[in-house]
Amino acid sequence: LLPKKYGGRYTVTLIPGDGVGKEVTDSVVSIFKSENVPVDWETVEISGNLESQEGVQKAVESLKRNKVGLKGIWHTPMDQTGHGSLNVALRKQLDIFANVALFKSVPGVKTRHSNVDLVVIRENTEGEYSGLEHESVPGVVESLKIMTKVKSDRIGRFAFDFALKNNRKSVCAVHKANIMKLGDGLFRNCINEVGAKEYPEIEVKNIIVDNASMQAVAKPQQFDVLVTPNLYGSILGNIGAALIGGPGLVPGANFGREFAVFEPGSRHVGMDIKGQNVANPTAMILSSALMLRHLGLAAYAERISKATYDVIAEGKATTQDIGGSSSTTEFTKAIIDKLKAF
Amino acid sequence: YTGKADPATGKYTVSFIEGDGVGPEISKAVKDIFVAAKAPIQWETCDVSPLFINGLTTIPQPAQDSINKNLIALKGPLATPIGKGHRSLNLTLRKTFGLFANVRPAKSVEGYKTAYDNVDLVLIRENTEGEYSGIEHVIVPGVVQSIKLITQDASERVIRYAFEYARAVERPKVMVVHKSTIQRLADGLFVKVAQDLAKEYPDIELQTEILDKTVLNVVKDPAQYKDVVAVCPNLYGDILSDLNSGLSAGSLGLTPSANIGHQVSIFEAVHGSAPDIAGQNKANPTALLLSSVMMLNHMGLTEHADKIEKAVFTAIASSPENRTADLGGSASTSSFAEAVISRL
Ligand SMILES: Nc1ncnc2c1ncn2[C@@H]1O[C@H](COP(=O)(O)OP(=O)(O)OP(=O)(O)O)[C@@H](O)[C@H]1O
Ligand SMILES: Nc1ncnc2c1ncn2[C@@H]1O[C@H](COP(=O)(O)OP(=O)(O)OP(=O)(O)O)[C@@H](O)[C@H]1O
Ligand SMILES: [Mg+2]
Ligand SMILES: [Mg+2]
Repeated sequence: LLPKKYGGRYTVTLIPGDGVGKEVTDSVVSIFKSENVPVDWETVEISGNLESQEGVQKAVESLKRNKVGLKGIWHTPMDQTGHGSLNVALRKQLDIFANVALFKSVPGVKTRHSNVDLVVIRENTEGEYSGLEHESVPGVVESLKIMTKVKSDRIGRFAFDFALKNNRKSVCAVHKANIMKLGDGLFRNCINEVGAKEYPEIEVKNIIVDNASMQAVAKPQQFDVLVTPNLYGSILGNIGAALIGGPGLVPGANFGREFAVFEPGSRHVGMDIKGQNVANPTAMILSSALMLRHLGLAAYAERISKATYDVIAEGKATTQDIGGSSSTTEFTKAIIDKLKAF
Repeated sequence: YTGKADPATGKYTVSFIEGDGVGPEISKAVKDIFVAAKAPIQWETCDVSPLFINGLTTIPQPAQDSINKNLIALKGPLATPIGKGHRSLNLTLRKTFGLFANVRPAKSVEGYKTAYDNVDLVLIRENTEGEYSGIEHVIVPGVVQSIKLITQDASERVIRYAFEYARAVERPKVMVVHKSTIQRLADGLFVKVAQDLAKEYPDIELQTEILDKTVLNVVKDPAQYKDVVAVCPNLYGDILSDLNSGLSAGSLGLTPSANIGHQVSIFEAVHGSAPDIAGQNKANPTALLLSSVMMLNHMGLTEHADKIEKAVFTAIASSPENRTADLGGSASTSSFAEAVISRL
């Protein structure tokens, strides 16, 4: 579904979240302003620490109006008596079932492996994140992992469509069907069937999650598009982030039938560096570029991502996570200067 | 380990499951090296070809008796017969002997270059429950429920072992890896058990970390975990231990492991039976050798353990002629064993 547009402008929900969220979304806001991007922000400030699960309602309502959002990460309190993850609550309420994270080596960032270019597409609404748990008797806890054919087929189709649109060769289902024969077996079979029946031009592959993890650090170039249940996506996504230089570099998005919420692909809040003006806003900037493409504003997206990559490649104004010494705002300014010079 | 040496010979008896595929070849290398190193071990070969009794995979009685008597075994790779029994043989061994903790060190081999160096990770995985409970059902067609089971008892024994292991190998920290932001009760219980047990180990620092962060950090810089013994529920342990092997060696080919129970412990190479190269004198015996080194340490025979470990590492580091094909070298199983023996 396409978002509403008034007088050539889009209203987008902006959710800074916790940790470094404010700083990195500020970076995007100032770049958009400097570029005169036709986007108006509707900011929803909620903290994952304070709000109850119902607190997420404000964000849900705004997104229902605007259809599109740019989001940081909410911190999840570890306290067992509190509410669970607002991030999960939001994804479930909006049924933004497909999480996409892009892991592509960034020229200028020193890493052990080069030419990494893999995509993790992750089911966002069921599996290990069902939240269904109980303590049957004291000291015995059951946690339910729910896998369904409907949702496995749906994420499979999404992954193959993504592969088609983005000129990818293969889609590989990541699973642990040798142990969870029914649950992960269902997931793997759904992906295989959807691929074989509906997408003959894309190759279908399978890999067991532990092997995938080992292979990913030894020979990451072998991977193309990976499609995963919820938990394995988190694991492979963090491997991917580390491979290309850290969570500050990974763009991502969550898609449903109606809504799209763009958020950094490796979902780290960065509480430890909050408010220090040192966070790398690249992940958020590149996520916002994905958003612009989604809105049909590809020309803006091209300019902004090119400027960002150029500043990183030059290496004069990069943040400390990738070996530089510039602040978030200095890096942002360098991008804006670059854009003005184009 | 409470086994005693034979008073007549001064030797400890250890059950040896040579395994399938390349098993016999790499087992021979271990035996030859143990003889040369004068390790006080006497092997008792046992056959664990599975029997199917009442539809259950079962270890033959003589093998069970041998292992129960000796309390310790070294094991080569076992091919899991596909589509026969319900359980793999490895799982059967775990159940039969109550092996609740799986210990997996992953260490780079100095002198053998991979993408990462200075990797020295130790991970202990809960081996009996969690996501591997095997409790699954189809609720209605197209809807499956798999149960992850976390119990206080199983958590306690594996975490306690982690604390004991940290003491034994002189690492100052135990790190629990969990996902209690999402599985708040299940992983929450695991974390809580660790926090309670930590009081009994004031000399060891307890650290807890979300799985995401451990994965991110270990791939970025494994060296930051060199002081740590990590412990986690079954599935995370399975994945993280393979990830660690990817970091230390780029494969499972060099990784040893230990399966620890209250009475019995079984040490094994984690790689498979490699039927494609079986019988060709090509297989790398390092993983089984390093498993035997862990075994010697477990038995308190640390001097022999150190001597063999050092000889293995220096042999690998010395030259491509002393490395097997999986490490890009030209050595055969037997020539590699000789290279190790000459360095003892
Ligand atoms: N209390 C916390 N301590 C440390 N890190 C946290 C904490 N809360 C959130 N995070 C970080 O932010 C991420 C997002 O948190 P949340 O628990 O909502 O999971 P998620 O993003 O839905 O799932 P996933 O992390 O598996 O993608 C966490 O995985 C973790 O990296
Ligand atoms: N945009 C970013 N730029 C640079 N570093 C980042 C960014 N986002 C996350 N990180 C770093 O990634 C690491 C993992 O983030 P995570 O959100 O798990 O940490 P956290 O919640 O602050 O952790 P904790 O509170 O447990 O110490 C942190 O060291 C954090 O500083
Ligand atoms: Mg995360
Ligand atoms: Mg494994």
